[in-house]
Amino acid sequence: MSTFLLQSVIFLGAAILIVPFIKKLGLSSILGYLLAGVIIGPFGMSLVGGNGQDIMHAAEFGVVMMLFLIGLELEPKAFWEMRKSIAGLGMSQMLFTTALLFGLLNFTDWSWQTSLAVALTFSMSSTAIVLQTLKEKNLSHSVSGQASFSVLLFQDIAVIPILALLPLLTEGQPESAKDQHHSFFADQPAWIQAISVVGAVGVILVVGRFLVVPFLRFVAKAGMRELLVAASLFLVIGVSALMQFVGLSPALGAFMAGVVLANSEFRHELESNLDPFKGLLLGLFFLSVGVTIDFAVIFMDPVTIVVMAVGVLIVKFGVLFMIGRFFKMSQDQNFLFSFGLSQVGEFGFVLISFCNQLDLIDTVINAKLMAVVAITMTITPLLMMLNEKLIDPFFGVKTKTDEEGEIAEFEQKHKIIIAGFGHFGSTIGRLLRANGIKATILDNNSDRVELLRNMGFKVYYGDATRAELLKAAGAEEASILIAAIDSPDINRQLIDMVRENFPKIKIFSRARNRFDAYDLLDLGVKNVYRETLYSAVHLGEDALVEMGFRKYTAHRQGQRFIKFDEDALERLGEKRHNMKEYVLSMKDEMEWQEQLLYNDLEQNLDLSDKSWDSDALKDNFQKTA
Amino acid sequence: MKILVLFAHPLLEKSHINRELVKVYADIEQLTFHDLYERYPEFDIDIEFEKNLLVEHDLIIFHHPFYWYSCPPLMKQWIDMVLEVGWAYGNGGFALQNKMWFQVISAGGMEKAYNPEGHNRYSIREYLRPFEQTARLCRMKYLPPYVVFGTHRLSREELNEHITNLKEGLRFLKNEGFPGCETDNSNCLNKWIKSS
Repeated sequence: MSTFLLQSVIFLGAAILIVPFIKKLGLSSILGYLLAGVIIGPFGMSLVGGNGQDIMHAAEFGVVMMLFLIGLELEPKAFWEMRKSIAGLGMSQMLFTTALLFGLLNFTDWSWQTSLAVALTFSMSSTAIVLQTLKEKNLSHSVSGQASFSVLLFQDIAVIPILALLPLLTEGQPESAKDQHHSFFADQPAWIQAISVVGAVGVILVVGRFLVVPFLRFVAKAGMRELLVAASLFLVIGVSALMQFVGLSPALGAFMAGVVLANSEFRHELESNLDPFKGLLLGLFFLSVGVTIDFAVIFMDPVTIVVMAVGVLIVKFGVLFMIGRFFKMSQDQNFLFSFGLSQVGEFGFVLISFCNQLDLIDTVINAKLMAVVAITMTITPLLMMLNEKLIDPFFGVKTKTDEEGEIAEFEQKHKIIIAGFGHFGSTIGRLLRANGIKATILDNNSDRVELLRNMGFKVYYGDATRAELLKAAGAEEASILIAAIDSPDINRQLIDMVRENFPKIKIFSRARNRFDAYDLLDLGVKNVYRETLYSAVHLGEDALVEMGFRKYTAHRQGQRFIKFDEDALERLGEKRHNMKEYVLSMKDEMEWQEQLLYNDLEQNLDLSDKSWDSDALKDNFQKTA
Repeated sequence: MKILVLFAHPLLEKSHINRELVKVYADIEQLTFHDLYERYPEFDIDIEFEKNLLVEHDLIIFHHPFYWYSCPPLMKQWIDMVLEVGWAYGNGGFALQNKMWFQVISAGGMEKAYNPEGHNRYSIREYLRPFEQTARLCRMKYLPPYVVFGTHRLSREELNEHITNLKEGLRFLKNEGFPGCETDNSNCLNKWIKSS
């Protein structure tokens, strides 16, 4: 058997066996992946050799995708609104942590360049762990969740200048091991590398802004799903390749590409296409972190490593806690924020190996630092658990955080989704918008999507019958789904899928005609609107007026007609499973309806409007007389 | 005694006072709250449904704001459509006999504006004569109204007092009935409710 297949079986198998078990114990899935990694790693059952590092490189792609997706979630506008907390929280965290660590590391025998590089590296926290944990615990919209996100974002951005500056630190140092460097520009002087970095960022901005959307539209027109998945992957991998070419973190490039595309109509489509890949790769990444914990190195010098790991955690926690204080975070939120970000993140791995390539860090220290990073990452879920179990109860915060989360959720997620934005759906959308209700709109006609977006609607391109797309559009939080797709068959498919996957959402459905409406009633949809009913009745009313009716009488006749027709529809819908009976009762119903309407018209004159119709009064008074 | 509240307000979302007032009804047993504008946005009143509701209840509360010295149009439409000759009044019209008609009203003006010296010139009771006579014609007992005056400048404390009064008054009416209702010609039920 090829090693690739064998390795895949081991990795996937470990994840499948251990993660659900850990989840069942109520622990974070990240801990499960890490534990699975340790178990199959050299220290545990030794099922995988020393190639955890290789797997990690492959799996780092999960982090790349995650950052791309985070970028997608973050519209430039939202990004702009967060600028203060990003700059304030993020910069102070980075500056103080780096300064403090640098000060402490100066007591070692390392050169100041090495100390600075390590201090910078250790000031990074783990985007993967923190965001995944926040999401699992539904804390993304809490105060601490938002603050954590700001800090992580600042760090992600700071990686660009750090990566650009690190080579400058080496100028005074012996240059070796440059051959390990994969970057095309590695042999160039530092300033050329710096320029190439800036150039690459520019390319992402320009291409993302002007070329990607027309490109995706072109692909979408082919009408094949797998092509769009391919295009999504192509985008992310393309950006990563470009970044690697200039020696930058692919994750950052992906994040920027994501932000650039956050406003485009393909946002939800890209999200739903990439989400499964991201989840799997991220899991694999955590697994490989577990595998790479080199226990041999730890046992060689356990004291140093434990001291460093604990020291880093304490310093980072302390700095974060003081910042939280300064920014007037409540105690409970501050603990969550400070514990959450206290680890060294996956950028640590990237930066450490980069420093190693630059000869800023020698191989022995390199291994130790890697171990420190892995340990702090592994400990985080445990710290979060301790916080939840031991410190939180102290503040009695559980319900409060939940409530805050819910309120923020309500403000941020659109509560209505409209699927299908043709003439029917767009009328609904306009009425809602005119009343200040913003709906998330899904449509699969890319020309129309473009047109409507230009008119200021929030429209996304995609096939609404796919559960993942609806999920990405917020179907789990939305209260109403308006099924307004033109084709009755596709509309039914959509409703089938929604009822299965999002049973809580209320469905308002468009129906082409009476027969279509019966099908929808059969599916259990309560709110069915026949496109042929209301406007036809309205026209009919006007025709009555032309025939000499008073307008108000004609209008009331129309109202009554609709009411009778809808009542009849429901009654018939229940009966119609027996087709024969249906045909019969359909005819009966027609006669009944005709009779009713006829009666009603008669009644209108001498029965229904007893106060308005003087004949009724005269009759009654005659009886008295 | 079963109570039916016929509530008519065309813009309830903007009426803080009435949103608070109607909460009173939730606390009273054997009471049906019927929000007319919510049920009939197109004025297409279901006459049979309304007649059945009336038959099932004993005390009928007409709760509405006082617009142009009268009720909102949907309530007038309701009166026109539901109180049919030969059913509610006239020959053979005994369906509502001996039921009680009680109006709960919110008025922007102060109580002192509703008298010969005030700028509205007549008392609230006089403005409500058409309702009183409608009740009389339907062989119903007309209670003096409960009026929340001066809603434009009502303090929270005053509103709370109204809420308590109305709640207690309804409980009392429900259990004891109103002894002098047929002869009582007092302006409002406010004072009676307060003292009961």
